[in-house]
Amino acid sequence: MLNKLRIIGNGLVNENPVLRLVLGTCPTLAISVTVSGAVGMGLAATFVLICSGMVISSLRNVIPDKVRIPCFITVIAGFVTVVMMVVEAFLPALYDSLGIYLPLIVVNCIILGRAEMFASKNPVLDSALDGLGMGLGFTAVLFLMASFREIVGAGTWFGIRLIPEGYQIGIMTMTPGGFFTFGMAMAALTAVMARRGRKLRLQAECGSCGGCAGCPGCGGAEDKEEEK
Amino acid sequence: MNKLTVSSSPHILSGDSTRSIMGSVLLALSPTLLAAAILYGLRAVLLCGVCVGASVLTEHIWCLAAKKPSSVWDLSAAVTGVILSFNLPASLPLWQAVVGSVFAIAVVKQLFGGLGCNFLNPALAARVMMNISFTGSMTAYSFPADAASTATPMAELGELGAKDFLPLLVGYHGGVMGETCALTLLLGGAYLVFKGVIKPHIPLAFIGSTLLFSWLFGSPNALLSIFAGGLMLGAIFMATDYVTSPYSDLGKIVYGLGAGLLTSLIRIYSNSSEGVSFALLIMNLVVPYINDFTRRRPFGEVSAR
Repeated sequence: MLNKLRIIGNGLVNENPVLRLVLGTCPTLAISVTVSGAVGMGLAATFVLICSGMVISSLRNVIPDKVRIPCFITVIAGFVTVVMMVVEAFLPALYDSLGIYLPLIVVNCIILGRAEMFASKNPVLDSALDGLGMGLGFTAVLFLMASFREIVGAGTWFGIRLIPEGYQIGIMTMTPGGFFTFGMAMAALTAVMARRGRKLRLQAECGSCGGCAGCPGCGGAEDKEEEK
Repeated sequence: MNKLTVSSSPHILSGDSTRSIMGSVLLALSPTLLAAAILYGLRAVLLCGVCVGASVLTEHIWCLAAKKPSSVWDLSAAVTGVILSFNLPASLPLWQAVVGSVFAIAVVKQLFGGLGCNFLNPALAARVMMNISFTGSMTAYSFPADAASTATPMAELGELGAKDFLPLLVGYHGGVMGETCALTLLLGGAYLVFKGVIKPHIPLAFIGSTLLFSWLFGSPNALLSIFAGGLMLGAIFMATDYVTSPYSDLGKIVYGLGAGLLTSLIRIYSNSSEGVSFALLIMNLVVPYINDFTRRRPFGEVSAR
C-alpha cells in the first residue's frame, strides 16, 4: 500500500514532470496564463495519462518493441480525441480558451514519456497510479504558475478581480512572464529538494539502487532529450 | 633600510575601488538630474529618490537574506536607481518605479550573483520590462512647463530644422526625465572620460555609427536624430557599464557599431520610434561572443595544429 502511495507521490514532487523532468514545457508556458485554463488543461492531461497508461500497460507484452512508439501514440491519440469531444460538447468556453493546445496533448512529452518509461514496464494498477501522480503534479504546477501569472499580470484569479484595474504588471501574462515564472518555480522546488538532501538522481548514479519497481526515471535520459 | 616585498601579481595597484568609480558616475549624472528638476519640476527629483531608495533597500535586504556582507556602500545600486529613473517619464506612478527598481536589483542583478555577474544592464532590463508592462504610463512623456506639448522629437523628426537644435541640446522638449538634456549628458560623459572612468570608444562608436547608419538608411534628419531620444543617455551611461560591455578596445568599438546599427534599424524600419534600449539589450547578450573574438593573442603564440 505504501508503495502504491509512493508511486503517486513520486509524480507530485520528486519526479514532478514539469519542474524535475522538464517535460511538457510548451503547454506549461502557453496555458499558465489563466487559472481556469490551466486547471482544465491539467485535468484533461491527467485523464489521458491514466487511461493511456492503463491500456499501454495491459498491452505491454503484445506491442512489438520496434513499433512501440507509433502504438503508444495511437492509443494516446484515441484518448485525446475522447477528451476533445467531451470538452467541446460540455465545456465550450474551456474548449475555445485551450484552442490548439487541447489536440496537442497527443504530442505532450509527459504522456509519451510516461508510456515509454513506466507504463510499458509496469503492471496496470501501478501505471494508472503513475498516470494519476504525474497528472496531478502537472496540474499542480500549472495551477500555481497560472495563479501567480493571473494575479500579478491581470489582477484576477479564476476571473475574479483581486487587484483593482491599473495596478497590473502586464509582462507576466506574456511569454517572458511565463519563462520567468517557470524558472522561478523550478529554482524554488530545486532549492527545497536540495535543502532536504534529495538531489535529482543523475544518470551516473543510476542502477546503484538496484532498479526496483519504483525507479522509473533511470535510462530515460536519452529519451527525455529527444522528446523535448 | 630597503624591505623586499614578496607578493603575487598584480604588482601595480590603482587607487580605484568600486565605490570611487560609482561615486564618479553619480557625480557625472548629477548635472542631468539638475536639468531634469529644472525642466520637469520637483516630481523628477522625487521619482529619482524613490528609484534610488527602492534599489538600495532591495540590495540591502537581498544581502541580509543571502547572509552576504551588504554591498550597498559600493554605490552600484544607487547608480542603477539614478539611471533607471532617468529612463522614466517624470509623471510615472511611484509604485511602478518601485516595481522597476526591485526588478532591476533582485531579478536582473542579484539572482545572477550580484555586481559583475549580471549579463544584462539592470537599469536597461528594468526599463524594457516596464515599457512592456506599463506601456501607457511609460510613454506618457512629460513636457517642460511652457513647451508645446506635442509629439516628442523622435516622432516628428522629419519636421525639425536648424532652429530646433538648441531646444534639443538643452532638452526643452518632451521625453523621459533624463534623456532630453543632451548638453548635461555630454558634460557628464566628458567628466567620466577625463577621470578615466570610461573609455570614449563605446560612446563615440555608438553615436557615430547611429549617425552614419541613420543617414545611409535615409533618416529624414540624421544629424538632429542623434540628439533626440535616448541615444545620449544610452551611449554615455548605459552602454559603458563595465559588466555588460566588452573588455578590449576593439571589442568596445564592435559593440558600439552593433548598437548603432541596431538603433538606426529599429528607429527607421520598425513601428516604434525609439530603439536604443532594445539595441543595447541585444548587444548586452552578444558581449561574451565579442569578448571571445576580440581576445588579445599572447605574444609569440603558435597556432595549434
